[in-house]
Parts: sequence; structure tokens; C-alpha cells
Amino acid sequence: MPTAPVIEVTELRKSYAGRHAVDGVSFAVEEGEIFGILGPNGAGKTTTVECVEGLRVPDSGRVRVAGLDPVTEHEATRRVLGAQLQESELQAKLTVREALELYSAFYPSPLDWRPLAERLGLTAKLDTRFAKLSGGQKQRLFIALALVGNPRAVVLDELTTGLDPRARRDTWELIEDIRANGVTVLLVTHFMEEAQRLCDRIAVIDKGRVAALDTPAGLIRRSAGATVISFTPSAPLDERELGALPALASVQHKDGRVILSGTDETVNAVITLLARTRVTAHQLRVTDATLDDAFLDLTKEAAA
Amino acid sequence: MSTALVDTAVLKSEIRLFRREPGALFWILAFPTLLLVILGSIPSFREADPDFGGLRPVDGYVPVSVLLGLIMAGVQAMPQTLTGYRERGILRRMSTTPVRPAALLSAQMLLFGGAALVSALLALTTGRLAFAVRLPRQGFGYALALLLAVLAALALGAVISALSRSTKIAGAIGSAVFFPAMFCAGVWMPVQTMPDVLARSVGYTPFGAAAEALNQAAAGDWPGWGHLGVLVAWTLLLTAGAARWFRWE
Repeated sequence: MPTAPVIEVTELRKSYAGRHAVDGVSFAVEEGEIFGILGPNGAGKTTTVECVEGLRVPDSGRVRVAGLDPVTEHEATRRVLGAQLQESELQAKLTVREALELYSAFYPSPLDWRPLAERLGLTAKLDTRFAKLSGGQKQRLFIALALVGNPRAVVLDELTTGLDPRARRDTWELIEDIRANGVTVLLVTHFMEEAQRLCDRIAVIDKGRVAALDTPAGLIRRSAGATVISFTPSAPLDERELGALPALASVQHKDGRVILSGTDETVNAVITLLARTRVTAHQLRVTDATLDDAFLDLTKEAAA
Repeated sequence: MSTALVDTAVLKSEIRLFRREPGALFWILAFPTLLLVILGSIPSFREADPDFGGLRPVDGYVPVSVLLGLIMAGVQAMPQTLTGYRERGILRRMSTTPVRPAALLSAQMLLFGGAALVSALLALTTGRLAFAVRLPRQGFGYALALLLAVLAALALGAVISALSRSTKIAGAIGSAVFFPAMFCAGVWMPVQTMPDVLARSVGYTPFGAAAEALNQAAAGDWPGWGHLGVLVAWTLLLTAGAARWFRWE
């Protein structure tokens, strides 16, 4: 028998002042997954996870965390769900050690915070006050505080926003590490690279709805321009013939290069076309589209 | 099942943080007694004055110093801290843990209430040791009046925190309330020296009523039920307002 999802959201709706921030969102996060919520700013990502965290009361729909209702079973939910919020701070003069001790005291069976601090590279900063920490150190402390209660799942909201690329990559490793320790992760992000690298599955949220829900590879595959072919032709190609290529999604010309997106079928047809017209393709590259392309494609559809 | 309103870990942590705030420590704990010492050093303040009903001005300024600590804690310091906690998402962060953010509120009230009482003890002790000011002769009545005054000051602070969207606004409202509160407590003119009509109107304000009640208890009488009633009424009214208007974020 498959285990029940750790986080289950069904037909969630929430409006502010008559505007639907979340309009019928459903998804289920399985045990041990890194599940991404991806979407443009203002799409309803944060409102959705705030309902999961019990910080907001949904207008309608059902939210369950390990079978618990975050609103009516406030305390029990918070014991199994750790959270890192998008914009929050700690008392300026609280030290890292004091914060870890304080938050440990909130939970019935907390993790030992010392190894946790060690794992997050905070050991040297234990006696530093919160206000004196760098952005990356603050984020790592918030990850530690989200994990110190020994939760089954954590919500990480825009974790790497404002971090430099180095710190961002370090944080990604941490998230993989969290999952390796058996904690389910619900990750809110607007960085495609981050979602593509980390997530097992992604719900693309746009205008308060789930525009698509799939693995990163699945999202790319299902978008119209899944494969990108680019080359510098030795002679100009006939625009009509290019436009007639099978399964073609788009044609672009940039700095003398031709950039086509489509499917494997398009690739084969381009090669045939080049051979037939005796045009040489310099620096021919065939790459999979990125999640970026798929995302733009998916959110464009939802807008139409 | 339900979380206790007071969380000892949160309270301990807030006390530790308070000890790291030299500004708050000075204004709440040291300043009122310092003012008493400065005034008491003026020779004429140590001579009996008919305006004070035969007491010396320094005797009259002990209750004023006691109330000053309370005003500093409740009206100035607490709203700043609480509004800052809300503004910077500290209350929100706490609401994602099994401990409710109300624990932070109750810790703040206990902390600043306690600090005000320590400040009061310091003023009473200094008055006794340095200027031979008699300790309140109606001890129980004094303690009761002081406790009610602390509650009223905390309730007033809670309303200011509830109405202020930012620490800047809390600072502005705090200052606007601070000076009238100090006036009513008798910082410029102790209540017993005020003209009758003024003294009677000031008696309807929380700190004016507190000053009257403390003076009566200091002199050995049971504090007037009218004054205690005014304190209770203000506390109830302000607490209801704070509960009605307070926002967690």
C-alpha cells in the first residue's frame, strides 16, 4: 500500500479584497520528495505555502500535513512541519547558540543542535549575534531553526533569493542533504536552475492556479520547444523552407546564427535540409530546452 | 494540549536580551532613582514644605520616581520592542513553531512589568537610605496600588503597540503619551501640590490616580477605592482595546 502524502492540498482557494490569490490549487507531496512550487512573482506561491504552514486560513479547500489540519491542529502540525519564511528576522542581539537553544526548547523531541550547526557551517558563529551575520549565515541559521524540531517536512520559501552564486550552490547541497536525512522538502522558488537541479517534481503556479505539475524533464518535454537546434549557416537558408520544418516551435536569427526550437523530428529535418541545399552548419549545437523555456511556454499558455 | 500562555524558554531569552539593552536598562532602572537623587541633593527639597502637607518635597518625589520607571517601561520601551518584533517578522517566525507568538507578548509584559517593579524598589530603597524617606506605612495598600499601576501601564503600552504599524509610529505615539503621563504622575508638580481642580482631573488619568493612591498608602492610609477603581477601569478598557486592535503581522 502506498504511504499517504506528507502534504496534501486540495482545491485550495484564498482571496484578498476580492482578488483570487489562490484559485483552486491541488497537489500532493510524497514522503522523501523535494517538491518545487515555481511561478512568477505574485502567482500565489507564498499564499499557498502559508496555508500549508497554517499562517493563513483558506477560504475553501483542504490542507493536510501528515494528516493534520494546520488551522485546527495548530500545535501538532507545527511539530511535524518546519518552516523558513521569506521575510523574517530574529531578535538582533540573540546569538546563534541562543536561537538554536530557544527553538529546540519549543519541540518535544528536538534534534541535537550541535551537529546540526556543524552540518550547516555555523559552529564558528555560535556566539555571534543575529544582526552581525551575513545574508548566507542568516539563511543557514533559518534552515537550522526549521530543522531543529526534527520535522517530517520543511517548507523553504525563496531560500536563495539575495544570496551570491557561491552561497546559493552551497545551499542547494544543503537541501539535498536534508532530503538524504529523510525530511520531505517543499521548495518555493522563482529560480529555474534551482528547481531543475533540486526538485523531483514541480508544480508551476500561475495566476493562482496550477499550470502544470510534472518532473522537470517532463515539463520540458511537454512544452512546445523541447529541443533547441542552433548553427551558423555557410549560406543563407530559404526562410520558407525553414518555416515549413516539421514540429517547429520557433525560428530566431541572432548574430548570424539560426536558432530553431522543436522536437527530435525537427532536428532530423534540419539536417536533411542542410544536406540537400549543401549548406554547411558551423558550430551546430543540439540542446534540450531548459526549464526556463518550458516555464515561459507554460505560463504563456495560461495567460492566453 | 493547549500551549501555556507563558513559555519559560521565551521569557528567559527575553530577559537575557533585555540585559543587553543599555538604553532600556538606564531609562527604566537607573533614571528614575537618579532623578530622585538629584532632586534630593537640593537642600530646600529636604525641608518640610506646607505645600506637601508638611512633608519634604523629596518625600513627595519617591512615588513620582516609582511611577516614572513604570511609564518608561510600559509606554516607552515595551511598544518599541513589540512593534519591532512584528515589523521584522519575529512574531511570524514564532507562529510557525508549536509555541504561539502570544508567548512573546506575555514574556514582554512580565519582563517590563518586572523591570518597573525593580525600578520602584530601587527608588524606595534609595529614598529610605539616602534621604530617610519613610517606607510606605500602609505596605499592603501600597503594593496593591503599585501592582494596579503596573497593569495599567502595560495595558497602555499594549494599546500603543496595537495601534502602531511601525517602530517609528510607536516612538511617536509613545512620546505623545509619555509627557502627559509624566505630568499626571507629578514629575513637574507632584499631585499634592497641584491646584484642586487640576489635581481632581489628573486623578482620572491612570498615572494621576496611581500617584494619589501611592501617596495615600505612603502616608499610612488605605488607598482610596476611587483611585484604585480608576486604575482598574483604565486597565480593562486599554486591555480590551489592545486585544481588539492588535495584529500579529
